[in-house]
Amino acid sequence: MTTLANAQLDADGFLTNAEDWTPELAEEFAREAEIELTDRHWEVIDFCRRDFAEKGTAPTVRRITKVGGIPTKEMYQLFPGGPGILAARISGLPKPKGCI
Amino acid sequence: MSTVLEQAPAATSEAPREKKTTRKIAIILSKGSLDMAYPGLILANAARMMGIDAVLFFTFWGMDIINKKKADKLHAGMLGNPSSPMPHALMGLPGMEGFATRMMKRKMDEMDIPPVSEMLEMLEDAGAELYACQMAMEMFDLDQSDLVPQVQEVITAMDFYDKSEGAQIIFI
Repeated sequence: MTTLANAQLDADGFLTNAEDWTPELAEEFAREAEIELTDRHWEVIDFCRRDFAEKGTAPTVRRITKVGGIPTKEMYQLFPGGPGILAARISGLPKPKGCI
Repeated sequence: MSTVLEQAPAATSEAPREKKTTRKIAIILSKGSLDMAYPGLILANAARMMGIDAVLFFTFWGMDIINKKKADKLHAGMLGNPSSPMPHALMGLPGMEGFATRMMKRKMDEMDIPPVSEMLEMLEDAGAELYACQMAMEMFDLDQSDLVPQVQEVITAMDFYDKSEGAQIIFI
């Protein structure tokens, strides 16, 4: 099983292959960012993974708020270290490409 | 001659798990055209998305960005811009600036770039700090009630240095 110790990460610390992701790995990524995953986090993660499967790119914060329905303010409460990178990293996706 | 410098107390084991220092940026927005407003707003938002603290200081023509009546009516300044796709002789004609502005706004809309007022809301929700310049307020006869609600405080240039301590500064 993929763990943070043996996972293939890119230079920015994102999982190289989204297929390698497991919920356990999400917990590990979260712990590293000092985040304890709640149900609300899992809603974000589920949306990100679903959206990635459809679109092939990791959703930006704006997309998570507009399409995923999680308010901006809450995104920053859920991912205080920066929702733009953490939501994607914890979801096992590459770094989002958009600027917004 | 020996001079004893005041030394910072040696680091103790008081903080067992030292937090990584947070990066911080301070952006000074001094221009009020569409093409000068967005870079600052987008860079500030991108900083917050990465967990970098962001301070925005609006001054001079940048006051238009946080002026309730003007925020969503900024224009694309093409005159005096060598990158303008249109010849300057034409740009000076009536209606041309409005045309250029509409073109740019349409393109931004296609790219799902939010209007200025929404960018300001996003920045507030993202925890960015927005400040207006006191001197510019006086120069343009503005009152706090003229400004968008996201502006936290009207501050002086010296206050800006307090607010931006330790930050990397970007002037636009």
